[in-house]
Amino acid sequence: MAAISREEVAHLARLSRLAVTDQELDRLAGQLDVILQSVARVGEVAADDIPPTSHSVPLVNVLREDVVVPGLTRAEALSGAPDTAEDRFRVPQILADEE
Amino acid sequence: MSTNVLPTYDDVVSRYEPVIGLETHVELGTVTKMFCGCPTDFGAEPNTQVCPVCLGLPGSLPVANRAAIEATIRIGLALNCSIATWCRFARKNYFYPDMPKNYQISQYDEPLCVDGYLDVEVDGELVRIGIERVHLEEDTGKTLHVGGATGRIHGATESLVDYNRAGIPLVEIVTKPVPGLGARAPEIAKAYVAELRDVIRTLGVSDVRMEQGSMRCDVNTSLNLPGAEWGTRTETKNVNSLRSVERSVRTEMLRQAMVLDGGGTITQETRHFHEDTGDTTSGRSKETATDYRYFPEPDLVPLAPEPVWVEQLKAALPELPRQHRARLKTEWNLSDLDMQSILNAGAVELIERTVAAGASPEAARKWWLGELSRRANADGVELEAVGATPEQVAKLQVLVASGKLTDKLARQVLEGVLAGEGDPEQIMAARGLEVVSDTGALTAAIDEAIAANPEVAEKIRGGNQAAAGVLIGAVMKTTKGQADAKTVRELVLARLAS
Amino acid sequence: MSDLIKLSAAALGEKIAAGEVSAEEVTRAHLDRIAEVDGRVHAFLHVDDEGAVQAARAVDAQRAAGDKLGPLAGVPIAIKDVIATKGIPSTAASKILEGWRPPYDATVMTRIRDAGMVMLGKTNMDEFAMGSSTEYSAYGPTFNPWDLTRIPGGSGGGSAASLAAYEAPLAIGTDTGGSIRQPGAVTGTVGAKPTYGGTSRYGLIAFSSSLDTPGPCARTVLDAALLHQVIAGHDPRDSTSIPLPVPDVVAAARQGASGDLTGVRVGLVKEFSGEGAEPGVMAVFRDTVEALTKLGAEVVEVSCPHFQYALPAYYLIAPSECSSNLARFDSVRFGLRVGDDGRNSLEEVMSLTREAGFGEEVKRRIILGTFALSSGYYDAYYGQAQKVRTLITRDFTAAFEKVDVLVSPTTPFTAFELGARTADPYQMYLADLYTIPTNLYGGPGISVPAGLSDGLPVGLQVMAPTMADDRMYRIAAAVESTVGTFAPPAL
Ligand SMILES: [Mg+2]
Ligand SMILES: [Zn+2]
Repeated sequence: MAAISREEVAHLARLSRLAVTDQELDRLAGQLDVILQSVARVGEVAADDIPPTSHSVPLVNVLREDVVVPGLTRAEALSGAPDTAEDRFRVPQILADEE
Repeated sequence: MSTNVLPTYDDVVSRYEPVIGLETHVELGTVTKMFCGCPTDFGAEPNTQVCPVCLGLPGSLPVANRAAIEATIRIGLALNCSIATWCRFARKNYFYPDMPKNYQISQYDEPLCVDGYLDVEVDGELVRIGIERVHLEEDTGKTLHVGGATGRIHGATESLVDYNRAGIPLVEIVTKPVPGLGARAPEIAKAYVAELRDVIRTLGVSDVRMEQGSMRCDVNTSLNLPGAEWGTRTETKNVNSLRSVERSVRTEMLRQAMVLDGGGTITQETRHFHEDTGDTTSGRSKETATDYRYFPEPDLVPLAPEPVWVEQLKAALPELPRQHRARLKTEWNLSDLDMQSILNAGAVELIERTVAAGASPEAARKWWLGELSRRANADGVELEAVGATPEQVAKLQVLVASGKLTDKLARQVLEGVLAGEGDPEQIMAARGLEVVSDTGALTAAIDEAIAANPEVAEKIRGGNQAAAGVLIGAVMKTTKGQADAKTVRELVLARLAS
Repeated sequence: MSDLIKLSAAALGEKIAAGEVSAEEVTRAHLDRIAEVDGRVHAFLHVDDEGAVQAARAVDAQRAAGDKLGPLAGVPIAIKDVIATKGIPSTAASKILEGWRPPYDATVMTRIRDAGMVMLGKTNMDEFAMGSSTEYSAYGPTFNPWDLTRIPGGSGGGSAASLAAYEAPLAIGTDTGGSIRQPGAVTGTVGAKPTYGGTSRYGLIAFSSSLDTPGPCARTVLDAALLHQVIAGHDPRDSTSIPLPVPDVVAAARQGASGDLTGVRVGLVKEFSGEGAEPGVMAVFRDTVEALTKLGAEVVEVSCPHFQYALPAYYLIAPSECSSNLARFDSVRFGLRVGDDGRNSLEEVMSLTREAGFGEEVKRRIILGTFALSSGYYDAYYGQAQKVRTLITRDFTAAFEKVDVLVSPTTPFTAFELGARTADPYQMYLADLYTIPTNLYGGPGISVPAGLSDGLPVGLQVMAPTMADDRMYRIAAAVESTVGTFAPPAL
């Protein structure tokens, strides 16, 4: 059984903001299926009582003091932008209604 | 399906039971942002308070602000929450241009504070609102929509983003669902937000200005038939004033009742509140909602607040608004009704400061609930924006108490204060508004009045004291009203008795 | 060809400090070499001739003024293009960052500049460090100086090749699953992955935040240690940076060079006994282990039963983190924008930009990671992979109770032909079979040249406990002292 369907890959591509083509979708679905079947092996390990490791460093409470540190000038901030207007980052019209 | 006929509110609450829930976001008043050292000043020129971290530039990394963590713990403690002994930040993944990294650093299943409550007093009765969680996250930038007629996203042809606000610490306070409020649900929702605002202001961790967006509410509402399971809830966003909190619950109760009455079902969705009309309109429905793909933020290490630290923060909490009000009521010797009217007028702090500046509680209450409330109402502004400071009011009252001003003159001086002419003493000097207490000047004025009205003087000498009014009026005219009428009367009678 | 380019960084540093040669001469010799061979090797994506000469002159001026120079002052270095360098293009070998000049320096870069080192330019890599052959660079592959028809390893193939081709004496790499060690192995150079948190990630364009580690690339173990000393140490800008003193890796490398390993317990991982590895690689590995025993080391076999799950766990954790880390490439604040024609919405422009700007491997991993983090799949994939990570860490901890270091071949195969593994992504992933466990655990690992198989370099990997970076340098230097160094045929 396939671990992942073409439709699922299309959905994931949309979630990831990737305008994949149809051929690409076919190829990716096949490849991801192979990869997923291989990596699914992590499920073989009985680990119900094992805590997950999100960080390999045993640090907690790394905090900075509430003190201003010089940042970028506006020119520096905007320097890499594809498009700017009125000292802001310009983007085309926004359609989606998220948050 | 829907009848499109709005039922009346009384009708709705007689047939349905509402359940409400509130999510409140509060921008903390830290000097710097949550994860970088950029300043948080409101109203700075666009994109001048940014750095690689809050712009989400490739390679940049976050480091958490101690003051923000502390402020969140303090809020949690004030809301009677348990403070986590270990918790993590998580990434909430979704694309939006005002969010630089296209994920928000937030907290997911491991919030910093959980399971508390806030007692809210409504009409002298306590209502306990359960607090589910208090967590810390980062704010987004601000987007300006250009090209449309309204400045709104719809119809705009392009948008401009300013990231000065991006990364400012944001505390999210989520209530447990609150059932059983019946018709009072909208009012209690508002009272909860007001109380929460007062608590946070007392803690000094945010300026909690709803109109500037440093406090924002999302309001969940559902309706169910008595005895039935809770209904499907909607989440109303953009509720940005106390009045709107109340209105949005009410509006949504009416709308949902109309849908249910028509045989329809409620869609679980976000709705937008419109301040201008008081309506809510449909936003994103749950079916198309993004899968946020939360996972522990690998760029930050866990938080494990030391119990000692938490105890220190707890010990240092200030007196909270409800306890504070109870103490004032006793100190000021007020009846429940008096205290309630002060609360309703939003005058507690103003009166307190006026008392601190030297006025008696009685006098302070008289000025703020009397003359100044009338003026605020007439001008359509909040009492604190009326134009007089507690210090000015106290000064005014001190001048009255010492006999330098009569009540009538004091009201004239207050006019001047409200007109921005300066402090009471400056206005007295400028407008020449002092009680004439110089007896020489008064005696002269009285002699003049007697000379001008010999027949009246005769009547008084003959024992008709009621006739003195004419002479008093004449004296007051000469002194332009700045004499104390009682003193003048005594002097006139004394003069004509001999 | 100037003899200067064949010298070690340590020797160059000494000569510059002693005034035997100027930093400018050294820099120009390397720039000349780049001009001569990089057309064939393609180790560099950007060469900063002018900046390099300026930096070198500054060091010469300091020396002339009587300042005491550090051990690597004036020594040239090549920087992997995944490191942000202020004002210098930093693309991570992706089209989506073409021409981006960061307004800030990575911490590693700041420390390199502060040490008086001279940056020659930015080196090629697999796009966003995702790959094991440098064939996934958007700007064309790098070729292995040992055989220009073969890959130089990856993702840091450019850094490793620049060393093997004598274009630079030192380079910076980043290691997420083996991207410093595996290229080191297949180019006959030294590559060290420090303890995670031992070197700052600030300014490293993130691939997988919980695994990414910047580290030194060199031709000798001592050179690697000298560079390690420059870049390592606590950085308050990186919350995962370890606030402890840097182990004295330079002293350890010098100690190891004496060739005495008496009392050192070396562990062989039973599960890495050679299944799937080339026989020639295993032969060199066995010879090297033999050589270690001759130096006095005691060799012990240890079992790490969960290492077999390291590769699957890695290919869930790294893609998951990358799917989130790469979300910021959205055409708004920096980088490429495609399709902004006045009709497309921002959502469409973002999707078109990311489609055009990311290469195939990057897209594959983004989608894989998005899948692994989705609600409904999280527990079975990402969550389970993190538990496997715990088990692998326990394997290491248990092993290090018995032995001081673990050794293995760095990679199962020597440099393969270009194109040999691109058709099947999973075949490519196998290149990192032996390096990945260390990344999941967080400890240090180093690849040191161990010999040749069919004329191609084979590396030995030394793995040590977290913050025992010095220990791995000692063993690596001992290996080097007994097997020597390996030079490719003339280019
Ligand atoms: Mg939130
Ligand atoms: Zn910032």
